[in-house]
Amino acid sequence: MNEEGLIFSRQVPDGGCLPLPGDEDTDAQAQALLGDAKLREEPTGLPDVPEWEVVRHFTRLSQRNWGVDMGFYPLGSCTMKHNPRLNEAVARLPGFARIHPEQHPAQVQGILRLMKTLEQALIEISGMDAVSLQPPAGAQGELTALLCFRAYHHSRGDTHRTRIIVPDSSHGTNPASAARCGMTVHTIDSNAEGLTDLAALDAALDENVAGFMLTNPNTLGLFEPQVEEICARVHRAGGQVYCDGANMNALLGVSRPGDMGFDALHFNVHKTFSTPHGGGGPGAGPVAVQAHLQPFLPVPRIVEDADGTLTLDDDHPETIGKVHSFMGNVGPLVKAYAYILSHGADGLREVTERAVLNANYLLSRVREAYELPYRGQPMHEFVLSAEKQKAAGCKAVDVAKRLLDYGFHAPTVYFPLIVSEALMIEPTETETKGALDCFAEAMLAIARECEDSPDVVTGAPHRAYAGRLDEVQAARKLDLRHDPEGEG
Amino acid sequence: MAYPSELKYTEEHEWVKVDGDTAAIGITSYAAEELGDIVFVDLPDTGTEVSKGDTFGTIESVKTVADLYAPVSGEITEINETLEDTPETVNESPYEKGWIVKIKMSDKSETDGMLSAEDYEKKL
Repeated sequence: MNEEGLIFSRQVPDGGCLPLPGDEDTDAQAQALLGDAKLREEPTGLPDVPEWEVVRHFTRLSQRNWGVDMGFYPLGSCTMKHNPRLNEAVARLPGFARIHPEQHPAQVQGILRLMKTLEQALIEISGMDAVSLQPPAGAQGELTALLCFRAYHHSRGDTHRTRIIVPDSSHGTNPASAARCGMTVHTIDSNAEGLTDLAALDAALDENVAGFMLTNPNTLGLFEPQVEEICARVHRAGGQVYCDGANMNALLGVSRPGDMGFDALHFNVHKTFSTPHGGGGPGAGPVAVQAHLQPFLPVPRIVEDADGTLTLDDDHPETIGKVHSFMGNVGPLVKAYAYILSHGADGLREVTERAVLNANYLLSRVREAYELPYRGQPMHEFVLSAEKQKAAGCKAVDVAKRLLDYGFHAPTVYFPLIVSEALMIEPTETETKGALDCFAEAMLAIARECEDSPDVVTGAPHRAYAGRLDEVQAARKLDLRHDPEGEG
Repeated sequence: MAYPSELKYTEEHEWVKVDGDTAAIGITSYAAEELGDIVFVDLPDTGTEVSKGDTFGTIESVKTVADLYAPVSGEITEINETLEDTPETVNESPYEKGWIVKIKMSDKSETDGMLSAEDYEKKL
């Protein structure tokens, strides 16, 4: 393996950079413009590298990275689907890409119209009454919704409602968001089927409950068939019900959280509506709420005047305030809108149907070799256990690392926490049967290797740019900063 | 895996070593193995009062983060400060050098219902 090193290792003093006009006397010019007090006394510490070496360095790094544009990426709960290039073309239109958030609303009616229409699309898809596009990521969408729950309870004088209930299968962000919101977290055990245990929920519900957070389908990929009863019971206890929308890819055009009884949900538009993981950049986590929570949504809200002009309205006295600067991360919103429009209602339903079909087909190909601890019919993703492989000395992490040798990204491992040696696989709708078959063959081959030659699996990856990294050292001696002097 | 017979065990995979009215607390070799390589142990301050069942700290591995539960009530009189720099001691020596805290018990009878080594092993 050729060690790439940091860009600082490629420094060439005055190494061939083209001079800028007037570059010869920049110090004197700066001094004349700024005066001595504002001049740096120390060098900036930026690397002095010729342009072509910069390009080569980052191109090489990009080639060593594995992305959804390189191949299959079945990262459960992350919906790593193909990002249609149409989205990118639309987001780069100058009317979207070259405007500034400080411009007067009269000058940016186009983007405001797009955002208003996207709000309406998300309202229709979720079955809710109002949407805020401002939260810049899923977990912040959770926090935003919980802050709305808190504001709602406070508006009714229920200041004692400070407990949030989560199932033991929840995304880790759920209890984290609740804690960040000043709530205490109560975890309830799932039942033997991996679903919400109604008796455990009843036992946890009391007069201090602020809300219940549920992912549906849950993190095992299982739809909660009693979701309406769950929502009704929480409501009877005076609580609100939050839907973690990470798994909306299993619901589009088929079922709506608003109809199930949820009071709020977030969308990961950078998953469900393509741009997986924000394309490595920012994401967006719009929050949809029922009418009774609308007064608490972040400001500004986009409102339409009688003549059709869109303006930004901060006059909402009960709002929780801003959760991000300006209107959030607008780029992913433009891409999500392009995705929704280009699919249409029928197309979105087909997305979900194909995502569920793909997951179930893949499961049928691999389940003979791996345990499926919860036997229910999964939706768009499923969770295997590598317990059988562990008995032969190979853990879930070893199976995951070995998949890299076969040319696949690893699935999510060790989550959800209620499955030991978990392998969480989400193929998404944008994979062909051929791609699913190749992955299934790799999973079966690895299962055989676990029995016949476990050392090959535990020593994997053998063909990646880097071998097994030292995660222990990485966690214990985290070193993120370039330090030319070695001063630590 | 061997579970020292002189220790008492809890359902939360912790062990308790009683010495007079002081209880040394650690996690079992099974727990250490399941967690994987431990990278951080978040310890309470000495002098902290805990009730049985309280979370008194967390233990973080490359895989996950787990809560540490007080198996008895009382005052934390000592913490294993070596774990701050060498948390891997919990993996290497869970029953000896890898002890986590010592608690001065307010009610010694709380250890009565704990599991013996044999019973703990049966439950795994």
